[in-house]
Amino acid sequence: MTVINPMSSEAGTTLSPVRVFFDQVRTASEYVIIPLLALAVTCILFSGLLLILGQSPVDFFELLWRGGFGTPFSWQNTLTRSSPLILTALCVAIPAQLGLVIIGGEGALVLGGFMAAITALPFLGWAPPAVVLSVMAIAGVTTGAVWIGVVGALRYYRGINETISSLLMFYIAIAIMNFFVEGAFKDLANPNKPSTKSIGDANMIGKIPGMDVHWGFVVGIAVAVILWVLMNRTTFGFAARITGGNIRAAKAQGLPVGLLMISACAIAGGCAGLAGFFEVAAIQGKANASLAAGYGFTGILVAFLARQNALAAVPFAILLGGIAAAGGLIQRRMGLPDATVNVLTGLMFVVLLVSETLYGRIPLFKPRES
Amino acid sequence: MTDKTMPAVGLETVGMTKIFGSLVALEDASIRVAPGTMHALLGENGAGKSTLVKCIMGFYQPTRGKIIVDGVEEIVRNPRDAMKLKLGMVYQHFTLVPSLTAAENLVISRPDCPSIVNWTAELANLEAFLDRMPFKVPLRTPVSSLSAGEKQKLEILKQLYLDRRFLILDEPTSVLTPGEADEILGLLRDMTRAGELTILMITHKFREVNAYCDEVSVLRRGKYVGSGKVSDLTTDEMAHMMIGDTKLRERSARVEQGADRTVLELSALFASDDEGLPAIASVDLKVKAGEIVGIAGVSGNGQSELVEVLSGQRDLDDGRIFINGQPFEPTRQHMDKFKVFGLPEEPLKNATAPRLSVAENMAMRSFDKPPISQNGWWLSPRPMKAKARELIAQYRVKTPGPDTPIQNLSGGNVQRAVLARELSGDVEVLIVANPCFGLDFASVADIRAQIIEQRNSGAAVLLVSEDLDEILELSDRVAVMSEGHITYVSPIGETDRNTIGHAMAGGH
Repeated sequence: MTVINPMSSEAGTTLSPVRVFFDQVRTASEYVIIPLLALAVTCILFSGLLLILGQSPVDFFELLWRGGFGTPFSWQNTLTRSSPLILTALCVAIPAQLGLVIIGGEGALVLGGFMAAITALPFLGWAPPAVVLSVMAIAGVTTGAVWIGVVGALRYYRGINETISSLLMFYIAIAIMNFFVEGAFKDLANPNKPSTKSIGDANMIGKIPGMDVHWGFVVGIAVAVILWVLMNRTTFGFAARITGGNIRAAKAQGLPVGLLMISACAIAGGCAGLAGFFEVAAIQGKANASLAAGYGFTGILVAFLARQNALAAVPFAILLGGIAAAGGLIQRRMGLPDATVNVLTGLMFVVLLVSETLYGRIPLFKPRES
Repeated sequence: MTDKTMPAVGLETVGMTKIFGSLVALEDASIRVAPGTMHALLGENGAGKSTLVKCIMGFYQPTRGKIIVDGVEEIVRNPRDAMKLKLGMVYQHFTLVPSLTAAENLVISRPDCPSIVNWTAELANLEAFLDRMPFKVPLRTPVSSLSAGEKQKLEILKQLYLDRRFLILDEPTSVLTPGEADEILGLLRDMTRAGELTILMITHKFREVNAYCDEVSVLRRGKYVGSGKVSDLTTDEMAHMMIGDTKLRERSARVEQGADRTVLELSALFASDDEGLPAIASVDLKVKAGEIVGIAGVSGNGQSELVEVLSGQRDLDDGRIFINGQPFEPTRQHMDKFKVFGLPEEPLKNATAPRLSVAENMAMRSFDKPPISQNGWWLSPRPMKAKARELIAQYRVKTPGPDTPIQNLSGGNVQRAVLARELSGDVEVLIVANPCFGLDFASVADIRAQIIEQRNSGAAVLLVSEDLDEILELSDRVAVMSEGHITYVSPIGETDRNTIGHAMAGGH
């Protein structure tokens, strides 16, 4: 007489813990090895391009290494660039958990930076730097949160595609900043490049002791950790992942889907706005067209490389920060245009999207049937 | 050996075995389908039916075993080889392009479809082809506006148009009304009798096997159990071959409920469909404690919109829902307060997040309450997994473990996992929609027993089903929905299949 034993299929758990552990490592390594493979393929394709241009790929990658990671100076340059990238990558990765593809983080960064710069103005000269910076940070984060939160609300209430609307809102953000920077808030002391009034050196955010890297890098990592915990260890994150996994099921569970979408978008926008705040308070000292340096768009690439995982965004932000940091050196030494590294990152993005199709297809990474 | 005047193709598998890693999906299956017969392939979910037909069709390479087509041993390396041998398959779900017409669907399915189609000539050819066929479908109407029955006919016509003479049908009637099913199976049987065609049909429905099939082969847990002539076997014998000595869950007896307390009350509900057109209009219905009210109706008459409204997936245009006399909104707070649970149709699509794990899917109801979350916001994975292990054992969900993505489970096990999540607590109101769609024999009995159990313990159950037998078996009262209205309500003892059928067809 055969009776279905409900536990029979669980027999695999009685395997030695060591084997189970290695099995888990093997299956989890898929998420490391496939992106690395994609990076390798990118390098090969890009080498082909360099050969067509008559340049040496060896020289290129050597300079890339030296400019991005080879010296303490280049490391500092890299880390400074990676701090906004971590935050803008989070602006993509958090809504992605709910199935939303937000590509307009640059808009939240620009407006967040701009609002941080102008809310500082009434406090300049009399308030202590801690107060000025707090006000600026709150203004930057709030502006970013509202900006992308609106994208989430448009998506939920009106069914407007969040990818398109966030991109279009980036153009609006640029227009708003330019309108004020070249008008009402223009600093007449600086006629060559329309900017807001500088917040002053006393109010600038300092460097991490012993490094030429501002505190935004540390804050970026902290935010990444906090958001990873939020998405994976709280009921909010769980509800958000259910919504991303199947919105119909989420609704049938009575989850407040609209609120979750808008909150996730607001958190995302807050991250980008924070990045804008650091660009103003730690680098530029004022808001101008330099805010739109493309960090918001490179952040999309970082988030996809990290497979929308908040923690994985940190190393990939450093990688791309390094590539960007090396751009100048490559331009000077090899006579290649500055945009060469953009071609590299663009190529990387395409190869990466193609590599998405490999997941679940390589037998090496499949869990053993037991 | 084969009468070559007969276009129908015969097929035999010898010792067909397929092993995936350490999993034996199919072992030593030898079935013989004589040309010009209708052969049923019976088995529970996971019995190896799909593996067998995928080996025949060249989607899988068998680990061992042979395929003999019309007496000649053949090697089927890929579906293209199967096509050359005139083997074809009709899948459970439609594979037609909805926006194209039937004629366009037929022409583009041809492997030799020309880049520039001469439609005048093709249409003339198609009409000549249809004249030779027992089925008719309108050639010039877009497939999206055909009924399910017509689509299924078109799927079969497509196979015949491509000159396939051995057809595998995977649960061909699961999307059809009983009338449509009888019509199609009857016509197919006539074609097999005429020697035009051979059919191997995967099914769970004994009624269809008894009424239409000549022979039957049975698989159980990957093993070939046996074959025989349908006329020599009783339904009980077939069921026994199919499920072996596995004990089914005892069927709960129906306990008479004395209570006369209305729990769920729908009052003048109005809602629109995805296109904004009225889908349900002034729906009034009461469900008492310990009562199952079955809503019958032809698919597409507002039943799915009604379920969506009740489960919070669709907004109401007007009307109120009351539970125990208090207004109910489908929010999480109200669902918890009034103990409202649901078993939707196609659970993978409606009730689960496919890529999340079994444990996470099972926790969807309870993740914000102790023990998984003590304070409402911090989530503890350990009690979540412990609870999942408990439910997996209690509801006999076959899964490699609680961390497996739920999409890797078979349909029956996904439904069991959802059942475990929705029914493991105290249930006051239960909304059920087509709970047994596409499930095997043992799962169906199991799930129906669970629904009855909930009724017996005092839950108000609203059952929406397109399977009239299911409604007749489970309901205490029947309501019929037609064109968005409830057109007929009657206690089960005072009605019969014909009356309900008449109401379903729009007779008031």
